[in-house]
Amino acid sequence: MQLRKVMEKDQDKILHEVTQSEYKYGFVTDIESESIAKGLNEDVVRLISQKKNEPEFMLEFRLKAFRYWQKMKMPEWAHLQIPEINYQDIIYYSAPKQKASGPKSLDEIDPELKATFDKLGISLDEQKHLSGIAVDAVMDSISVKTTFKESLADLGIIFCSFSEAVQEHPDLIKKYMGSVVPYTDNYFAALNSAVFSDGSFCYIPKGVRCPMELSTYFRINAANTGQFERTLIVAEDDAYVSYLEGCTAPRRDENQLHAAIVEIIANNNAFVKYSTVQNWYPGDKNGLGGIYNFVTKRGKCAGENSKISWTQVETGSAVTWKYPSCILLGNNSVGEFYSVAVTNNHQQADTGTKMIHIGKNTKSTIVSKGISAGFSNNSYRGLVKVTKNATNSRNYSQCDSLLLGDKCGAHTFPYIEVDNKDSIVEHEATTSKIGEDQIFYCNQRGIKTEDAIGLIVNGYAKEVLNKLPMEFAVEAQKLLQISLEGSVG
Amino acid sequence: MLSIKNLHANIEGKEILKGINLEVKEGEVHAIMGPNGSGKSTLASVLAGRDMFTVTEGKVTYMGHNLFELSPEERASEGIFLGFQYPIEIPGVSMVNFMKTALNEQRKHKGLEPLSSSDFLKHMREKKELVELDTNLTNRSVNEGFSGGEKKRNEIFQMAMLEPKLAILDETDSGLDIDALRIVANGVNKLKSPHNASIVITHYQRLLDYIIPDYVHVLYDGKIIRSGGKELAFELEEKGYDWLKKGITV
Ligand SMILES: Nc1ncnc2c1ncn2[C@@H]1O[C@H](COP(=O)(O)OP(=O)(O)OP(=O)(O)O)[C@@H](O)[C@H]1O
Ligand SMILES: [Mg+2]
Repeated sequence: MQLRKVMEKDQDKILHEVTQSEYKYGFVTDIESESIAKGLNEDVVRLISQKKNEPEFMLEFRLKAFRYWQKMKMPEWAHLQIPEINYQDIIYYSAPKQKASGPKSLDEIDPELKATFDKLGISLDEQKHLSGIAVDAVMDSISVKTTFKESLADLGIIFCSFSEAVQEHPDLIKKYMGSVVPYTDNYFAALNSAVFSDGSFCYIPKGVRCPMELSTYFRINAANTGQFERTLIVAEDDAYVSYLEGCTAPRRDENQLHAAIVEIIANNNAFVKYSTVQNWYPGDKNGLGGIYNFVTKRGKCAGENSKISWTQVETGSAVTWKYPSCILLGNNSVGEFYSVAVTNNHQQADTGTKMIHIGKNTKSTIVSKGISAGFSNNSYRGLVKVTKNATNSRNYSQCDSLLLGDKCGAHTFPYIEVDNKDSIVEHEATTSKIGEDQIFYCNQRGIKTEDAIGLIVNGYAKEVLNKLPMEFAVEAQKLLQISLEGSVG
Repeated sequence: MLSIKNLHANIEGKEILKGINLEVKEGEVHAIMGPNGSGKSTLASVLAGRDMFTVTEGKVTYMGHNLFELSPEERASEGIFLGFQYPIEIPGVSMVNFMKTALNEQRKHKGLEPLSSSDFLKHMREKKELVELDTNLTNRSVNEGFSGGEKKRNEIFQMAMLEPKLAILDETDSGLDIDALRIVANGVNKLKSPHNASIVITHYQRLLDYIIPDYVHVLYDGKIIRSGGKELAFELEEKGYDWLKKGITV
């Protein structure tokens, strides 16, 4: 996913420029990196903490999480078939070697690294940014560079790598880390809490509207390495921020594990919009290789009238296990989840959301669009829970599945628990197929089958794509089409 | 322009076209009539390249090409337009987007630059006026929720937009009220030139009051059993198809 501002306003045109069906980001950067030995035990956890020169409270948090994880079993309830993962066969820390440690000026960054991000469309050079996007660029276990940090700081906004936040703002980390996703939450959350190496931290002070899109770009480069990052976003009263996340990885025959945590806290009247375009390497046509994407994302609408909105476009990864959720604690708070998940070839996705209504007059909206092709399996799994005191709450869910071909699967698992009589929960679901007659109709007007699919799929997903910031929307459209190339005819 | 020789086609082993012969020259209008199930739509689909039909015998030449060597989209870009008897709905895809994509794809095929947004919109406005199409319809998804008549009118609008060389209109007049019929016929007539041709499939002689055909053909059981001038349509209107059937020598 590229974060650059695409100048063409003409979104339709893009659909026709795409001819390449290969995964574009499959290259490897040849860079010296510092890795620790494979395997996981308490010493490794200590070593990671030590490498990052962490304060004592962090090490304690990690060790507690690790001990908890050791007693857990990998969850099996998802509609996924995952080969057994050997956690001792993974490298838990790998960092591109850098000249200087700590915050870096552009000149101090290895040119290879700069070139890598340039190739991914992410410029680390603030001068070269056409649009107002600040980026935290993370490769493997560490953050390489955060742009626009200084100009944001003038507004009181903290935007930096997670490691830096641990050093510079330990009180905020102590207060909020694990407050939305405790390490006991689930297997992968516990694992992440034990071994996470970096990620982004963002703090918007009271009354501040963040003037630019903040973003994190995650890149896996090293082989046999897992990526475990954490993102923590705190929006104080009346604050606003729009956050973007993109990710890619090299093409490899071995599977690689990515287990991340994202936590969002929105206080009174705060609004956090979080958009993801997930484009990890999906594996090849036969299902060889690809990223296992096991992610826990959750936001807490802690304050009254607060709002958290998740938008995701999921096209990559061999296996996706991910449920960006909202805890609607404050009265009148609002949670949204807009999702497009595409699976092709042998990809599997089990994704959806949880909306937990606790405050009064809370509202949530779920729009999920699954698109399955090839031999893939695509499941929506969602929980809408309205607790006893969440008077007058509302949820509207719409889950649509689109099938291309007849060897793929689409499944919907909606769970609804309502303990409050004054609340209204609505659920609608549809399943449709791209018909041969639709394709032929397009063909007859001069539109090639691939472009016809792009047109139809983008039309189907429009409601979600429209929620993305402009910079992302155009790229996401392209991506949808590329992901589905070769899936029909 | 189009030459069909001894065309046979089947679907799932069932033969539907049983030896069609037809010559269409530039500037001509041909009407094809015939009872339900005689194979009119099948002929249209085969010409447009629908792959569910299998051509087992025969030859079709279009503008010097062997038609069967062209993909459906190439045929479209080479100027063959099919007005569908049952236009297809494509939810989520706006007419504007659909037409823009189609038009620019066809331009690309011809080695032309895509139209700029303003040129495209101008072109669209002109054609909409020509077929008196409601402005709203182009902002909606392709045919979705269109009434029967609106769908037919939309086919003519698309034809006007794409300016084909050979238009095959499959019962575009069915389901139209008398005003719409006039508008559709008008649209067809205005696009008529010495360089293009149309094949109009219809059940009703009344369409031919507006679109004057040079030839009328009767398709019966997969064969053209009678060809004639405009008078043939009147005769059919009066007598039905029975008198022709009796004359067939098997
Ligand atoms: N998909 C199909 N599967 C099986 N048979 C088909 C299919 N399509 C057409 N046929 C058959 O082919 C024959 C010719 O059909 P076609 O639609 O060409 O007739 P038509 O002349 O256009 O009729 P109408 O005037 O009713 O439109 C019919 O017997 C029809 O049932
Ligand atoms: Mg017909």
